[in-house]
Amino acid sequence: MIMTVFIAGTLLLLFSGVPGLVGRGGPNGGERTATVLLLTGALLGTGGVIAALKHPDAASLSLPWAVPGGAFALAIDPISACFLFPVFLIGALGAIYALGYWPHRTHPETGRRLRFFYGLIAGALTLVLTARNGLLFLAAWEIMALAGFFLVTTEEKHLETRRAGFIYLTCAHTGTLALFALFILLEQSFGSFAFPAPAVLDGTSGPASAIFLLALFGFGVKAGLTPLHIWLPGAHAAAPSHVSAFLSGVMIKSGIYGLVRVSGFFAAPPAWWGSTILILGVVSGVLGVVFAIAQHDIKRLLAYHSVENIGIIAIGLGAALLGKSYDLPLLTILGLAGALLHVINHGLFKSLLFLGAGAMIHATGTREIDRYGGLLRRLPLTGIAFLGGAVAICGLPPLNGFVSEWLIYLGLFQSLGGETLGPHLSLFAIPALALIGGLALACFVKVFGIAFLGAPRTPAAAHAHEAPAGMLWPMGLLLACCLCIGLWPGALFPLLAAAASLWSGMAVPTTLLTAQAPAAALSWNAFGLLLLLAASAGVLRLGLRKAPPRTATWGCGYPLPTARMQYTASSFGALLVDLFRWGLRPDRHGGKARGLLPTATEFSRHTPDTILDRGVIPVCRGAIRVFSRLRALIQNGSTSFYLLYVALALFGLLTLATLSRG
Amino acid sequence: MIGKALLHLLLLFLLSPLLLGVIGKTKALFAGRWGAPLLQPYFDLWKLARKDMVLSQTTTWVFLAGPLIGFAVPPLAALFIPFGALPAPVSFNGDLILFVYLFGLARFFTASAALDTGSSFEGMGAAREVTFSCLAEPTLLFVLIVLARLAGDLSLDAMLGPTLHLSWHQAGAALSLALVSLFVVLLVENSRIPFDDPNTHLELTMIHEVMVLDHSGPAFGLILYGAAMKLFVLGAVLVRMALPMTYPSPWLNLAVFIAGMLALAVVIGVVESIMARLRLIRVPQVLVGTTLLSAFAMVLLLRQ
Repeated sequence: MIMTVFIAGTLLLLFSGVPGLVGRGGPNGGERTATVLLLTGALLGTGGVIAALKHPDAASLSLPWAVPGGAFALAIDPISACFLFPVFLIGALGAIYALGYWPHRTHPETGRRLRFFYGLIAGALTLVLTARNGLLFLAAWEIMALAGFFLVTTEEKHLETRRAGFIYLTCAHTGTLALFALFILLEQSFGSFAFPAPAVLDGTSGPASAIFLLALFGFGVKAGLTPLHIWLPGAHAAAPSHVSAFLSGVMIKSGIYGLVRVSGFFAAPPAWWGSTILILGVVSGVLGVVFAIAQHDIKRLLAYHSVENIGIIAIGLGAALLGKSYDLPLLTILGLAGALLHVINHGLFKSLLFLGAGAMIHATGTREIDRYGGLLRRLPLTGIAFLGGAVAICGLPPLNGFVSEWLIYLGLFQSLGGETLGPHLSLFAIPALALIGGLALACFVKVFGIAFLGAPRTPAAAHAHEAPAGMLWPMGLLLACCLCIGLWPGALFPLLAAAASLWSGMAVPTTLLTAQAPAAALSWNAFGLLLLLAASAGVLRLGLRKAPPRTATWGCGYPLPTARMQYTASSFGALLVDLFRWGLRPDRHGGKARGLLPTATEFSRHTPDTILDRGVIPVCRGAIRVFSRLRALIQNGSTSFYLLYVALALFGLLTLATLSRG
Repeated sequence: MIGKALLHLLLLFLLSPLLLGVIGKTKALFAGRWGAPLLQPYFDLWKLARKDMVLSQTTTWVFLAGPLIGFAVPPLAALFIPFGALPAPVSFNGDLILFVYLFGLARFFTASAALDTGSSFEGMGAAREVTFSCLAEPTLLFVLIVLARLAGDLSLDAMLGPTLHLSWHQAGAALSLALVSLFVVLLVENSRIPFDDPNTHLELTMIHEVMVLDHSGPAFGLILYGAAMKLFVLGAVLVRMALPMTYPSPWLNLAVFIAGMLALAVVIGVVESIMARLRLIRVPQVLVGTTLLSAFAMVLLLRQ
């Protein structure tokens, strides 16, 4: 019964866009129908997951499937649930948001296709997260990847979009290739395509390490771990905002899900697994946020923050694996609980930020942060939502981002005990996490301050208008979720404890989690903070006897300041970009005054992705040159040479046959 | 617990401006002047509270949220810290992270409030503040790791509790390094010389002062008071690390704590008198150096 409801929900998601394709007619292109179907599907799915958590014995299903080695095996467990809830919530809210952001009457060519693939990716993702058979998993994974490609290239007219889509497709398939190898190896070594139960396989064998490395590559590409993140900034920037919200908030987590699931198969994994993930997490976290600081395009900036947050999740997962290797149960539990909670939290605040960015683009028609300014006066509600998302993503109390980072910190501190060198190395992730937090704060002060505060920098920003209610409600709901998790983090602890106990293969009662991480104390302090704030607001109110008069900002005596004289996004980030220029390698154009009487000059600064634009693309260009030379040499148009190839091939085959017989 | 919390808050609210007075007096004496009275910061706050406020036309509610959060955070953070041998009123596993991140929240809104004016001077100050503070965070965390390892506990109350003085015998070297690093963090976070100059009126050289150029009246008073309390709270951690003894008499404990805080203010005044302000380019280098120093403290402790 539970699985029937869940599958009905999944099917509704998968095919929510089909009526719009078939019907053709109607002024709305079936957008209402698609949204209603998607919402129903999400509701059924959520209900199914909740019921499955209550009745774990009825939460699996296996149907015969004609594919050799395959079985239509689905199951919902607490680990899947942590990833499924955001899919349904953000998928549904994105669809509602799209009614205002991408309405059919203004986008008649792309609307139908967008809704079709949006439903498809959400449905495929729920299958990915519940599949218990390698072949089913791969099939769903591939549908998800392809639907993602069509979503990214919604605005295929633009060259930049097509380029981003191509890079996405290449990366997605390179990753899938590794996954094919992974599942074949799993089947060869352990006998079946069916997923083994958690923590049963031997982690010390050779194939286990190969499986781990393949998973790290294949899932790492999808998750966007540095240096595999190259597809992410372009694709997130090119897609429509609600799609970016879904891709960044939910879809890339399928990579994390894969890593959690596959690493969970093994009992006592070697310590280098955890260390590798931990180090990659630190690198992703620091580089992601530093790249974000150097961006001027709001969506690229948010995309780099996804790399950063994936890094934070990876730090938690790495800590959990290290805990398994060194037999430190608390490290495992807190690290995994923190990572999973951060998966949920990042889904909430990142999609909130992308939806907010969509409202800003909707209002001003540009993605350049330096062309906004003063938006808080014109988009007050969007501004509050964006500010909430910004505070949450910086991991600041009293919002949800703090709770998950706190759990990861507490986990990492557990490695203090003991006298061996191995676990102590993970202590270096603690200051790294603090640095990441500080840098994220710098970045979001920059975005919020430059975009929403100060005076409008362009006429478009000055005439911006608030988003329609249909776009505001989803943002408000996401903000409310962020606040609720921040104020009552304990509500999610039973789910996290269940997931941790499943993954680690040991019993983890919720009380153990709350004893180590007293969520109630956190709630009290969050309320205390709000109370103190209210009190100090009261104090200030008492101090003001009349409404304060308004004057111009003090300009140090300069009487005619213009909006263009404000600090810009690039000047705000310049100090940090200069500090990290060894990794960022920013391009600088102009800005030098020449001659005795310098004329007007221009200055601009861009930071391309070091790994993509200075690494992968030049290497690929070089390879193309080499191979085209080779081809010209081999395929040179002369028939005599071709006959020679035939003779050589025949000779080679005969030699081979003789040798193999002898 | 309520009584203890009230005592903590009373100490914080009453004594924090005095530290600024002592620093000012020390600097004046070093310069051969008599200087402003010790209680001058109290007079300043009282004066600001009675003044009217002027707002810039570009500002929004964020402009006032900055001072409010900057004022509300230090009292909450103070509750996690033992004042000398007076135990912390609120203590739970992991409160050290909340302590660090609460100041992050205050920084977020102070810097945002600066950007709200649209002035490039204040933008400059905000950019410097967030840059230098994020470089100081790793040092703070390394110091906390050292304390957590010594205490075997993850609450600030236990980390700075009665067992700390035993740790000085056991790991004096690591604790001394941590103490020096924490002192640098204190100077950065509270915008003191050599990282920032609280007295200068040259906008190009300022960090914290330039962020609050447009605040006036009660809002400016809240900022000054908040800054004084932040100095007091971070100073309390430092003083407890330096003077970890616990006496049977609560009055003696209190006297030791207050004497320690005043001595800290004198030390800050001496540092401000004998050092020049660092060039901005040098600040990150010093901070990275301090991070290495504190990392060394941790390694020293773990490997001994």
